[in-house]
Amino acid sequence: METITLIGMASVISAGLTIAIGAIGPALGQGRAVAQALSAIAQQPDESNNITRTLFVGLAMIESTGIYCFVVAMILIFVNPFWNYAIALAGG
Amino acid sequence: MEISPDGIIYWQSGWIKLNATIVYTWVVMALLVLFSVYISRKLTSNPKKISRGQNVLEIVVINVRKQIREVSQQNPDRFMAFIGTLFIFIAVSNLLGIIPGFRPPTGSLSTTTALAICVFIAVPFFGVASRGLGGYLKQYLQPTPFMLPFNIIGDFSRTLALAVRLFGNVMSGSMLVAILLAIIPFVFPIIMQAFGMLTGFIQAYIFAVLAMVYIASATSVQEKKLNHTEEK
Repeated sequence: METITLIGMASVISAGLTIAIGAIGPALGQGRAVAQALSAIAQQPDESNNITRTLFVGLAMIESTGIYCFVVAMILIFVNPFWNYAIALAGG
Repeated sequence: MEISPDGIIYWQSGWIKLNATIVYTWVVMALLVLFSVYISRKLTSNPKKISRGQNVLEIVVINVRKQIREVSQQNPDRFMAFIGTLFIFIAVSNLLGIIPGFRPPTGSLSTTTALAICVFIAVPFFGVASRGLGGYLKQYLQPTPFMLPFNIIGDFSRTLALAVRLFGNVMSGSMLVAILLAIIPFVFPIIMQAFGMLTGFIQAYIFAVLAMVYIASATSVQEKKLNHTEEK
């Protein structure tokens, strides 16, 4: 198989695997966080402002790892340096 | 399909490039400054004659002050300018994304990295201003001197996380709408656009709150110690 075919195939397959596996962890973590926050609000409804704010900050931090995986997948598909190099080599 | 407004170049001369990120940042800046200048010309404290714009700005300022006070347990006046500007700039630039043709400048890694570097510089600035250079540097040795490299790496990694989190959320929102317009152009892109506005607003809040948390962790311990010795 030619180099350019190999590069394209590897990029697309890894991009798909990256985002598929990378979305599992944050989803599970956020589910647990929201469940705990809900039970905390049920126990102390007066503190619900504080709890909600802490919940959102925590959710954003957990989401970060999912977003790292998404950014890597986007890079592999759209601004892939290996693909650009192979195209330049084939074109030139 | 551009994944970042950095690639759209409007004008170029030598190495100076005027790309879409800079132009739309200027648009947001002009909008915020002109609106504020126009409203603050006729400020009044008479509740019958207050204008709607002044009411909106007062709501924003009061709520930002309340959040800063709750997060940092300190007087919010010192941090109001920096944190308020972060929140308002990111929120307005994300919310304006609903206007066709507008590309949010926060959808470019350059802008979000610049904002994260501002926070990275602000933390030692406020820390040294309130605790002195020695007190601020001693904090890096805090639980034990073995933690020094981890504290330093943690400082860099949370700055990187701030930048990538904001960039990822805004870029994914606009890219999702662009892709949906090609697949299901009927009703779904509008729903995802509204969802993009919601996440943009939440990300502005998260950015400002996290910046406040980092600054508070560098400035707060000193005041608690003072209270403790005063009680004794």
